[in-house]
Amino acid sequence: MPRLDRNGDTSVSIEFEGVAISAFEGDSVAAALLSNGYRNFRDTPVNGASRGAFCMMGVCFDCLVEINGIGNIQACMTEVRAGMHIRRQRGARDIHAQDGSL
Amino acid sequence: MKHPDAIVVGGGLVGAAIAYGLQRTGLSTLMLDEGDVALRASRGNFGLIWVQSKGINFPPYASWTWDSASLWPTLDAELRDLTGDVLDLHQPGGIEFCLSDDEIKKCRGDIRRLHAHAPQVAAEMLDHKALSKMLPGLGPDVVGGRYCRGDGHVNPLSLLRALHKGLLTKGGEIKSGSPVRSIRHQGGVFTVATNTEQHQSARLVLAAGLGTRDLAEMIGLDIPVRPIRGQNLVTEKLQPFLPFPCATIRQTGEGSVQIGASEEDVGFNDATTPRILNKMAARAVTIFPHLKQARIVRVWGALRIMSPDGYPIYAQSQRFPGAFAAVCHSGVTLAAVHTLKLAKAIAEGALPDAVSAMNPERFANAQT
Amino acid sequence: MKPNYDIAVIGAGPAGMAAAATAAGQGATVLLIDEQDTPGGQIYRSLSRQNLKDKAILGPEYYAGHKLIAELETSRVEYCPGTTVWQVSEEREIGISGNGAARLLTADQIIIATGAQERPFPVLGWTLPGVMGAGAAQVLLKTGGVTLPDAVFVGTGPLLYLVAHQYLRAGIPIKAILDTTPQGNTFRALAHLPKALADLPSLIKGRRWISQLRASGIAFIKHVGDVRCVGEDTVEAIEYWQSGQWNRIETQAVFLHQGVVPNVNLAMAAGCEHIWNNAQLCWHAKTDKWSQSSIPGISVTGDGAGINGAKSAEISGRIAALGALHRCDLIDTAARDRLAAPARRALAREVRIRPFLDALFRPSQNFRVPANDQTIVCRCEEVTAGAIREAVDLGCMGPNQLKSFTRCGMGPCQGRMCSLTATEIIAQSRNETVANIGAMRLRPPVKPLLLGELADLAIPPDEPNPKVG
Ligand SMILES: Cc1cc2nc3c(=O)[nH]c(=O)nc-3n(C[C@H](O)[C@H](O)[C@H](O)COP(=O)(O)OP(=O)(O)OC[C@H]3O[C@@H](n4cnc5c(N)ncnc54)[C@H](O)[C@@H]3O)c2cc1C
Ligand code: FES
Repeated sequence: MPRLDRNGDTSVSIEFEGVAISAFEGDSVAAALLSNGYRNFRDTPVNGASRGAFCMMGVCFDCLVEINGIGNIQACMTEVRAGMHIRRQRGARDIHAQDGSL
Repeated sequence: MKHPDAIVVGGGLVGAAIAYGLQRTGLSTLMLDEGDVALRASRGNFGLIWVQSKGINFPPYASWTWDSASLWPTLDAELRDLTGDVLDLHQPGGIEFCLSDDEIKKCRGDIRRLHAHAPQVAAEMLDHKALSKMLPGLGPDVVGGRYCRGDGHVNPLSLLRALHKGLLTKGGEIKSGSPVRSIRHQGGVFTVATNTEQHQSARLVLAAGLGTRDLAEMIGLDIPVRPIRGQNLVTEKLQPFLPFPCATIRQTGEGSVQIGASEEDVGFNDATTPRILNKMAARAVTIFPHLKQARIVRVWGALRIMSPDGYPIYAQSQRFPGAFAAVCHSGVTLAAVHTLKLAKAIAEGALPDAVSAMNPERFANAQT
Repeated sequence: MKPNYDIAVIGAGPAGMAAAATAAGQGATVLLIDEQDTPGGQIYRSLSRQNLKDKAILGPEYYAGHKLIAELETSRVEYCPGTTVWQVSEEREIGISGNGAARLLTADQIIIATGAQERPFPVLGWTLPGVMGAGAAQVLLKTGGVTLPDAVFVGTGPLLYLVAHQYLRAGIPIKAILDTTPQGNTFRALAHLPKALADLPSLIKGRRWISQLRASGIAFIKHVGDVRCVGEDTVEAIEYWQSGQWNRIETQAVFLHQGVVPNVNLAMAAGCEHIWNNAQLCWHAKTDKWSQSSIPGISVTGDGAGINGAKSAEISGRIAALGALHRCDLIDTAARDRLAAPARRALAREVRIRPFLDALFRPSQNFRVPANDQTIVCRCEEVTAGAIREAVDLGCMGPNQLKSFTRCGMGPCQGRMCSLTATEIIAQSRNETVANIGAMRLRPPVKPLLLGELADLAIPPDEPNPKVG
């Protein structure tokens, strides 16, 4: 998806589903994914339906993704950081597995 | 117009179980309930079918509870066949956690007293190691817990809905938005008036939760119940991790984790407060530390319906034969006996012997 | 951060920024909290770090926000970005969360300025990825200049045309604009035209957007009676009903919009009384002329108290601040009234056009109350319009019972995407007014809070402020 011309952007490298994608400082994770052509962010825990960002302002909770192993994060409310590993949220969040330390 | 054979006032878990139970015995039943916003324990409860701590000092209640837990699969199957609704009933046994030696001591003492009259409950104490095997992720500060194989849980909202649906399917009638304002009795017939309508029947059951006290007075019954607030938290949906219902934590069929429930004597106030929620959350993350990362999605407060000794009250009026009242705290647990036993007995004209000790006169005697 | 402030303002949009700066200017200790990382709210989102080369795309109305942001930045307001407020209590205790930690603080006066959200637009397929709000498309424009070319814009209302016009200015191709404005609206709006004419520049601007969009060669289809988004895992096409038949447009992006409604969750959960506004088809807090809600010491201002637009929000924010300053004895009655007088005159000018806009862009009933039973109403719990009507048949009387009958409204969005629709469906099925059906009851936390944050919450030794009044 094209980006409009901007002055002085700093690019940040992040990954979605293991693939390196381009993003810029100040982007929300949702904006970064959409600008790379990804619209499908997750499957719902209720019926497994596909969903993506809808409101972009933190209201709808449809943009949930997994970031660095932590599930159900609102992609539209989270700024990209260099080195972020982003994955689709598949159904209900799994917090047990990620807390192996406990 | 033809009068229904029975009127049940209250569409919560107790009222709906009895109304559905009456209808299924063949009595045409009208259930009256309040509107969209009302004090509804049935919509705020925790969903446990719980026996391990019930009736420790009161044998009739222990066996009434045990009967209900045993009859639950029957009720579940019947409602599923009738309505197609799935209630998420699971009875794998349940656990109450102990976070200190004092709590262990208390639980152990309770078991001893309960087993003296209800050995079938067969509760047992488990230490940290044994519990850890059953519950991966258990926090190190859990000293132990009480396990009872008779415990279980169910989706209480699905239960309430299925009872309503079942009542309608069997030909009963529900009128919501119909708070009862007055009750009169004449020539063997009760006239129950709402703001706009009057209904008549020869049989009347008051099961209006906290509203029962005022209604019962109108037919000369003293049902001394008062509200005890319980606050609850629910998290986002999580992958299944908790295979057993526990006294203050359970994972629902949808995956969310429900954390409850405080016991506060604050009158008719169902607000939630950060001070209480903070304590509940702290206990929950002590039991399962990984829950620290779980997001809270909803919080609510609900009012329990408590009698002076905490046990149910079942009453039948001597002065006005045909009038009954039923109130209790554990409407989920007791739904099976309410539907399958209590309603049947009421349809036949009298309370069942099993509940005779749970009469309201026990409080009058206590005062004198 | 301090444990107590004279005035806490929640939301750093035009209303909140103006309220905070005004209050601080009179010597109050002021905390301004917002979940975004930069001030500006929805309208001036990302303005302070905006780097689009072509300023014409977002236009002068957007860059005008610099003035207010500068006023905030030079004031003595303690501004706390990246922080969500998850509760406000009647005792004026505020629960906040930021950087993974939650805390409680209090304020003598609280001003809730949490603005608006887009009105739900429940049509078949509106949950498919690629279907978004037009407001969401604008957020993407403002943050990083992200665009989705060849989109179809659907709906009604100034924001829809504005965003489409911004796409036009940016040279981003638009496949079509499907206008759902009901045919009779123009006629009904005429009654309010004389008053609106006083704000001729705004009227002309709106007309110009629409005529330029139409002149640009974009398919501009009016009087669309129904739409459905179709696709497997993402949206592939939109189908629309017009002149007695279904038509289809292939597209990978659909932007829906039919106006905005107040963000009521925080104020409702605080216990502020809300009223149904039939002209705007939404709930908003009941407020007095100083924006104070039914709870003494808690004010609701800006679009959260009724949709009036950014300029009115800014002015109302100042009026709310003066009222709050007066209630904490920081200014006397004479000063309050003197300072508020010019603001009130300006506000009166600003709101003249509103009744006209409300009537002209009133979304039609069939886009608010989906006739098709398959349409999802509650996106979180995937509850359909049919399931809601079935619950009504079971005796469900309102949105609160509906939760337990269907789970509608029980998901993480806490009813923000469904409660209006659900309530209107119930009202229609029961042949009742929405005002009589009532609103969904809400409780804190109204924003995501981790269980660990709640468990670690430091509870101040003192009970919060006693109730005032
Ligand atoms: C926090 C909490 C946790 C709980 N956990 C459990 C649990 O784990 N397991 C368990 O078994 N039980 C549990 N319970 C208890 C269970 O929810 C109640 O036992 C049950 O809901 C009681 O049902 P009820 O019908 O008596 O009362 P309610 O559900 O309160 O229903 C009363 C109904 O009567 C209506 N009504 C009142 N007055 C009138 C009137 N004048 N006219 C017409 N209608 C009227 C009300 O509107 C309401 O619908 C819990 C309760 C709470 C509060
Ligand atoms: S897109 Fe709606 S919450 Fe993120």
